Amino acid sequence: MTSTRSSRRALAAGTAVVIAALLSTSACGGGDDESDGGNRPAGFNAATKGVVNTSTAKGGTLKFIGSQDFDSLDPQRMYYGFAWDFSRFYTRQLITYDNKPGAKSTSLVPDLATAKAEISSDGRTYTYRLRDGITFEDGSPITAQDIKYGIERIWAQDVISGGPTYLKQILDPKGEYKGPYKDKDPKKLGLKSIETPDAKTIIFKLPKPNGDFEQILALPSSSPLKPDRDKAAKYALKPFSSGPYKFESYSPNKGAVLVRNDKWSKSSDPIRAALPDKVTVTINSNADDVDKRLIKGDYDLDINATGMTQSGRTTALKQHKANVDNGTTSFIRYAVFPEKVKPMDNVHCRKAVIYAADKKALQTARGGPLAGGDIAANMLPKSIKGADDYDPYGALQNGGAANTAKAEEELKACGKPGGFSTVISVRNNKPAEVATAEALQECLGKVGIKADVDQIDGAQSSSITGSPSVVRKKGYGIIITGWGPDFPTGQGFSQPLVDGRFIAQSGNYNNSELNDPAINKLFDDAIAETDPVKAGEIYKQINHKVSDRADYLPFVYEKTITWRSSRLTNVYTADSYNGRYDYVSLGVAK
Amino acid sequence: MAARGGPPGGAGRLRHPPGATARPSTVLAYLIRRLTAVVVMLLIVTLATFAIFFMIPKLTGTDPALLFVGKQADPAAIEGIREKMGLSDPVLVQFWKFVEGLVAGRDYANGVDVTHCPAPCFGYSFRNEQEVWPVLTSRLPVTLSLAAGACLLWVIGGVAAGVVSALKRGSVWDRSAMSVALAGVSLPIYFTGLVSLAIFSYALDLINVDYEPLTQNPGKWFESLILPWITLAFLYAAMYARLTRATMLEILGEDYIRTARAKGLGEGVVIGKHAMRSTMTPILTILGLDLGALLGGAVLTETTFNLPGLGQGAVRAISDKDLPIILGVTLIAAFFIVIANLVVDLLYAVIDPRVRLS
Amino acid sequence: MTINQPELVAPRAPAGQFLAVRDLRVHFPTDDGLVKSVDGLSFTLDKGRTLGIVGESGSGKSVTSLAVMGLHTAGLHGNQVRARLSGEIWLDGKELLGSDPDEVRRLRGREMAMIFQDPLSALHPYFTIGHQIVEAYRVHNEVTRQAARKRAVELLDRVGIPQPDKRAKDYPHQFSGGMRQRVMIAMALVNNPELLIADEPTTALDVTVQAQILDLIRDLQKEFGSAVIIITHDLGVVAELADDILVMYAGRCVEKGPAEQVFTTPRHPYTWGLLGSMPRLDRERSDRLIPVKGSPPSLINVPSGCAFHPRCPYGERVGAVTRTEVPVLREVGPRHEAACHMAAEERSRVWTEEIAPKL
Repeated sequence: MTSTRSSRRALAAGTAVVIAALLSTSACGGGDDESDGGNRPAGFNAATKGVVNTSTAKGGTLKFIGSQDFDSLDPQRMYYGFAWDFSRFYTRQLITYDNKPGAKSTSLVPDLATAKAEISSDGRTYTYRLRDGITFEDGSPITAQDIKYGIERIWAQDVISGGPTYLKQILDPKGEYKGPYKDKDPKKLGLKSIETPDAKTIIFKLPKPNGDFEQILALPSSSPLKPDRDKAAKYALKPFSSGPYKFESYSPNKGAVLVRNDKWSKSSDPIRAALPDKVTVTINSNADDVDKRLIKGDYDLDINATGMTQSGRTTALKQHKANVDNGTTSFIRYAVFPEKVKPMDNVHCRKAVIYAADKKALQTARGGPLAGGDIAANMLPKSIKGADDYDPYGALQNGGAANTAKAEEELKACGKPGGFSTVISVRNNKPAEVATAEALQECLGKVGIKADVDQIDGAQSSSITGSPSVVRKKGYGIIITGWGPDFPTGQGFSQPLVDGRFIAQSGNYNNSELNDPAINKLFDDAIAETDPVKAGEIYKQINHKVSDRADYLPFVYEKTITWRSSRLTNVYTADSYNGRYDYVSLGVAK
Repeated sequence: MAARGGPPGGAGRLRHPPGATARPSTVLAYLIRRLTAVVVMLLIVTLATFAIFFMIPKLTGTDPALLFVGKQADPAAIEGIREKMGLSDPVLVQFWKFVEGLVAGRDYANGVDVTHCPAPCFGYSFRNEQEVWPVLTSRLPVTLSLAAGACLLWVIGGVAAGVVSALKRGSVWDRSAMSVALAGVSLPIYFTGLVSLAIFSYALDLINVDYEPLTQNPGKWFESLILPWITLAFLYAAMYARLTRATMLEILGEDYIRTARAKGLGEGVVIGKHAMRSTMTPILTILGLDLGALLGGAVLTETTFNLPGLGQGAVRAISDKDLPIILGVTLIAAFFIVIANLVVDLLYAVIDPRVRLS
Repeated sequence: MTINQPELVAPRAPAGQFLAVRDLRVHFPTDDGLVKSVDGLSFTLDKGRTLGIVGESGSGKSVTSLAVMGLHTAGLHGNQVRARLSGEIWLDGKELLGSDPDEVRRLRGREMAMIFQDPLSALHPYFTIGHQIVEAYRVHNEVTRQAARKRAVELLDRVGIPQPDKRAKDYPHQFSGGMRQRVMIAMALVNNPELLIADEPTTALDVTVQAQILDLIRDLQKEFGSAVIIITHDLGVVAELADDILVMYAGRCVEKGPAEQVFTTPRHPYTWGLLGSMPRLDRERSDRLIPVKGSPPSLINVPSGCAFHPRCPYGERVGAVTRTEVPVLREVGPRHEAACHMAAEERSRVWTEEIAPKL
């Protein structure tokens, strides 16, 4: 090994070519035979199939690294998926996702509550009783009023923005409550639709039923907070813990350190394993360095979990495959066709684009079957109830090859036998999307559809592609983007995309401006349905209708290559967190 | 510099520039004039930055407020952020409030309580819910550490290599040193940086590059900075070696070097004293300006080595569209550059007796 | 460092002469060819005497003086072009070209000193003139800084710098051109050199100052008794100052002799040209100025035969020999020599009948 290294060094000094080679293989010798970690790596994809290294051993430091900081640490303000996953270290909710691997993670279990809600027969009243022994980090008990206050913060969008606002829409659709900071009530508990008859009981009164209400209550935006600990906007810098860990420090864009919250007791919390003594998060500005440090063993996992860089995954798959997982994320990567932009207003032109697309080429542009994902047939991810293999355009046939004959047929039906011109909008900060846009452009060119690629500022996409008027003005006939569910149901995934009542003038995600009363009605039915299986059947119908309208060209059901250090115990991927590891269950071997 | 009266020249033949060796009062007046110009300059930079960021959303039709509202753009949230960021004010009003805050501090109302931002208030980052000034002051020592250490290395290395190259012009040493210098000038930091990381951190595992402040752990501070220093110094040393070589060769052709030899001075004195004195003048000038520019943040080096300095802060702020931080870093960078210019001009008057401050 | 060894058979000091240059050749190899800056120059100079070396730029005057000072071989670094020197330079009984360079260095500034053409560029801009003179003194004399300083101020006073004590603290740019040249002279004389070489000492100065500087050099020579070489392209400068004149053309001597002889009975057409281009204060400036036509020859491809022949108005009168044979120096009067193919009588006739009346 020494001779290999010294010869490498000699060559590195000599030529750039060898330096480049060195860059991709330099960490050789650090992983497969490592003995310091205690555990042997469990094997490729082990954490997507079950629990890796089951253990109850406490202690050690769990070390996260990542290149992207939290959007916020304030549970009412966070929207990044990894932040939600991480939030369980220091927040608790009435109910939460089960600490089970894979699909089982999506079932809801009581957390602060003693049991799941008692739901009234009309589906509009949810009642919870709180556990004993639940406390904040100062030892004071968590009361029903604290939970209500925490939820009320969602209403104060003028002060603490950024988080999901589902509860505001469900509990106060008319926007009558102005939020706790403008609340005239001395206890700041003026929201009418939540009642707290005593410290241990909390009752939610919904204006109309919503079968996913408990799913939404499981989001971190329902975390409790004591009013005297609320620092409004500045609360994000040091949240007040209700979970097993509390913040020792947090410095934006640098990192965070969490230590045990000694006031938290395991007996009050059936979900959180709380194995490590300490949890650290390091934000590193160099994405390549992030992967190298993971491979080297300095850190345990990437908190962002958006997949390793190209050079990182090449090294990891080549030399440390047993430390790599290739999970499915619940994200679909797709192109959407705004129906208000000509000629995409004609269903045949939309179908022509779908048939002309070579799905295999698009998958390759996304990074191939491992780093990109499986070719997608329709717009419902497998982790959502109601998903099936409905494939009206034969995306899964012939290995995803384009169906040029059908495409030309549809072009004729559209009245554009020679093809047409359009514009593809793509986010410039997403290299894989840019690559897909170029691949799609090439496919379309073969049937005479001339597509220009317009790269937009990814950070500003919510006011570009998110604005229907801008989309029409710029003539975007094809928008390339991606979507993942906020909570794993058809409502969480599909409604913002295809319910016509969700069309917004900015921050719009219904890019096709699909507004079909039949589909809208089906959403109402599905949401009112409290049986998830029955609701799933309705979402399946919606999905089929959407597919038939040909508003979407799904590329892949996204998969990522993620690193799992050999030290980690209790590792598994959770559908509830879009295929990330369930962070709060992780432990480290000493 | 002491004031010296020039002798009345015999029959008006002596021309003795009166300001050449300036009196303290002249220097003071000069300083006051220059510092005023610095302030005006910084105000212009601020206004320009304001105008740019004020104009960009109007030109591109984007809304910075939308960046902070998350996936569900609540109208109340958008309005609240616009108000907090002062986006609804005209650009001159925003500018005036900013300048006022710099001098007198300023209050930011977040709708519930009022956050006081004491002078010098460089603004408030809504992305991070922090005042900008503490963010800058926490990042500045990192950039200072990086710049100072790298500077020391590149001056010693670059000047030494340049002098030896000039004296051994055409030799194997000269040719190889200049080839290395060409490589140093041409290779980007993120390449040399990654190579040094690959060798010393990943492969050999000799160096841990996680930054720690000097005041907390001098050993780790040094360890974390040694690779960035070398990487950054490599780039600059290369430029300085080329500059030193060229200057030294030019100086060696000067008449006064021949005069020095004609006096019977040894070659050591001729090079070490007479030639070096002149060679250092342009080097010091460039050095001052380079250092000034670096203090605004060594963007690539800090990003590559994950050093939490101003440059890294700027990159993050740009990707976060965190205008107050961008503005703060821009101002700090502009401040260092104009101050460096002033220092260089003063230094020039000290090292070159022909230069007057006027 | 190596020096091309002069081809000496039996080196021996020329009797009685303070400075003797014999068959000096200074050649510079370049990419374009060999530049023969000085090609077989010989002359002698006694103490207390002044020699004027005259010629156009590029004729080899300055190269000769730098050769005497040993400055062609000092401070060569790397692959710099090395001058090839041959011949002999005897100074006070010591041959310089074959000597150890360090030994020559110790002579420089002490035994022989030099005044350069442009005092502004020849003085270091960043050091006070006092410092520069003190440095010149202390390199050869083990004295305290104070003693050296006293000596410097003394010299500055002697060369006519008012308030020398104060002015020693000034920088070169704070002096006028004439004053600067006085400083240069003070610096050259600080060690009482026995040989003083002044290379175009007045070229950069205006006319009134020129005269003052020349007066100063003459006075100082009388006072110090040194041998002086004045190098100039202007015969006027040496007219009153020099005891002997040496006219150079293309690296060779074309005429030399006592100053009076060279001025009154010049015996080389090039000298005539120089005299013709000399502005004279005692006459009106007129169209009778007859400068030498054409430009100085390339020192790489020196014209065959008489190097002056392409420019010589009389070349046709002597026929082909002027293009094939290099003329040698022949005696044309007491201690007076010239190198010309024209018959002596013819030259005498041309001078008296055609040239002299026009001057």
